[in-house]
Amino acid sequence: MLCQECQQRPATLHFTKIINGEKNEFHICEHCAREKGEMIPGTSGGFSIHNLLSGFLDFDIAGKSQSGNAAQPQQLRCDECGMTYAQFRKIGRFGCSSCYKHFDDKIDPLLKRVHGGTVHVGKVPKRGGADLQVQREIDTLKQELQERIEKQEFETAAQLRDRIRELELQRSQR
Amino acid sequence: MSDFSFTEHALSSWMKADGDESDIVISSRVRIARNLRTFPFPLVANEEQAEQVRNRVVEAARQASEELGLLYPIRLDELNEIERQVLVEKHLVSPTLANESQEAAVVLSEDESLSIMVNEEDHIRIQCLYSGFQVKRAWERATLVDDALEAHIDYAFDDRRGYLTSCPTNVGTGLRASVMIHLPALVMTHQIGRVLNAISQVGLTVRGIYGEGSEAQGNLFQISNQITLGQSENEIVDNLEGIAAQIIEYERQARSKLVAESKIRLYDRVMRSYGILTHAAIIDGKEAAQRLSDLRLGVDLGWIDKLTTTLLNELTILTQPNFLQKTFGATMNTAEKDMYRAQLIRDRLLKNKE
Repeated sequence: MLCQECQQRPATLHFTKIINGEKNEFHICEHCAREKGEMIPGTSGGFSIHNLLSGFLDFDIAGKSQSGNAAQPQQLRCDECGMTYAQFRKIGRFGCSSCYKHFDDKIDPLLKRVHGGTVHVGKVPKRGGADLQVQREIDTLKQELQERIEKQEFETAAQLRDRIRELELQRSQR
Repeated sequence: MSDFSFTEHALSSWMKADGDESDIVISSRVRIARNLRTFPFPLVANEEQAEQVRNRVVEAARQASEELGLLYPIRLDELNEIERQVLVEKHLVSPTLANESQEAAVVLSEDESLSIMVNEEDHIRIQCLYSGFQVKRAWERATLVDDALEAHIDYAFDDRRGYLTSCPTNVGTGLRASVMIHLPALVMTHQIGRVLNAISQVGLTVRGIYGEGSEAQGNLFQISNQITLGQSENEIVDNLEGIAAQIIEYERQARSKLVAESKIRLYDRVMRSYGILTHAAIIDGKEAAQRLSDLRLGVDLGWIDKLTTTLLNELTILTQPNFLQKTFGATMNTAEKDMYRAQLIRDRLLKNKE
C-alpha cells in the first residue's frame, strides 16, 4: 500500500483516529508522519524507539490506577543522578545504573513488553560476577536433582545433593 | 592520540567479500553495550565526567592491546565534519557518536574490524564487523574484547537485569547482532514484504544500511535481534544465524526462478545498469545504489567476470556524499556530488574492465 500523503513511499504507519465519533483511517509513510508530526500523537520531533517505550510505560500506569493502587510513580526519583520517573517516561532512557534500582518495580512491565523476559540469563562479568555464576550452577543442579528424584534415580540424586552442599558452603565462606 | 588516517581509504577488511555466502551477505556485525559502574550514563553526564570516562576507556583499551593487538584511539572532536561523517559512512562509528555525543572517541583496530565507541548512548560500545556471513565469529571476537576491557574497568552489572544500559531496549546482554544482506531477487519478485513481515514476528528487526530510521538503499537490508534480555548471547546469535540462513535460501530460490523464467529481461536490466554506470555524467545516490545492486547481481550470476564483489562493496561506500567530498577534497553541493559520483564510478569500473 502506498502512503496516502505522498503516493510514493510504502505506507508503514497505519492507524485509526476517532474524534467526536467521527472515524478516520490513515495509511502513511514514516517520512510524511514526521512532516505532519502534530497530527499523530507522539511523533513530534521524530518517531523514535524512545517515544514508543514511554507509550508502554503509560500503559503500565493506566493498569495500576485501575487496580486501585494509588502509588505516585511520577514522584519517584533516582538518588544517584537525580532523574525522576517522569523524566524517564518522557525520554525513555535511564540516567545512570542506579535508576534501575530506584525504578525497579515500575520497569518489569516495560521489560516484559520489549524483551518478553525480565531476568538476564547471559554472560556474567569475570570479576564481581563470581557469586552469580555459582548461584546459577546451584540453580541448575537443584533442577536436575528434582528431575532425578522424580525418576527415582536416587544414587545420582545423592551425588547432586552433595555437590550442591559443597557449592553452598563455598559461597558462605567467601 | 594517533594520526593514523582511517578516513583516507574506502576499503575496510569487512568489504573484502571473503566470508561465507558473501554473494548475498555483505557483512556481519556484533555490538555490545557496556557502562562504567560509577559514572552516570552519557545522557546526563557533565563534561568533566564524560572526559573521565573517555580517558578511562581509552586507557583500558591501551592496557588491553597486549591481548587485542594494536589499537588506534581517535577523538572525534579532533576530526573535521567530513572526516567524522566518513567514519559513519564506513560503518566504523554510529551517527549518534559522530553528531550528538560529548567527549566522543573511537578506538579502532588496524584492519577496522574492531571499533570501540566511547560516550555514545552508553559509555562503551564494542563493535566487530566482518565480511560475509560470520555472526558467530564476530560475537567471539567481541566477547574477547569485552573480557580484556573488563580486566581494567568495573562494569555496571546487576544479577537480575544483567549489563545495565541507558536504553531499556539494550539491557541484559547489551548485544545487538546483525547481518547486512543483499536481496534484489526477493524485491524484484515482490516477496520482500512478506519476508520482512515474517522477520518481525520472530523477534528480529529490519533496518536500512545506516541503522535505525534509515531507508533501505540498493536492496540492502540490515537484520538484527530485538531482544537483549532473557536470552543468552548464544541463543541470540544462533537465532539470527538461523533466520538469516533461511532468508539467504529464499533469495537463492528467487534468483534461480528469475533466471529460469525471465533470464533475458534480467540480463537486460543488469547490462543496462552496467552501461549507465560506465557512461553517465550525473547520478544521484539513490540511482547509484540501485544500479550498483543490479551490477552486484550480475557479478553473482557470473555475467560480468571483469568486476569483483569487493569493488562493488567499495563503490557503495565511496559514493556516499561525505566520502566523495573527502576523495575529491572539496565541499560540494548536491549537483556537484552527483557529477563527481558519476565520474568516480565510471573511472573505477572502466579501470577494472581493461
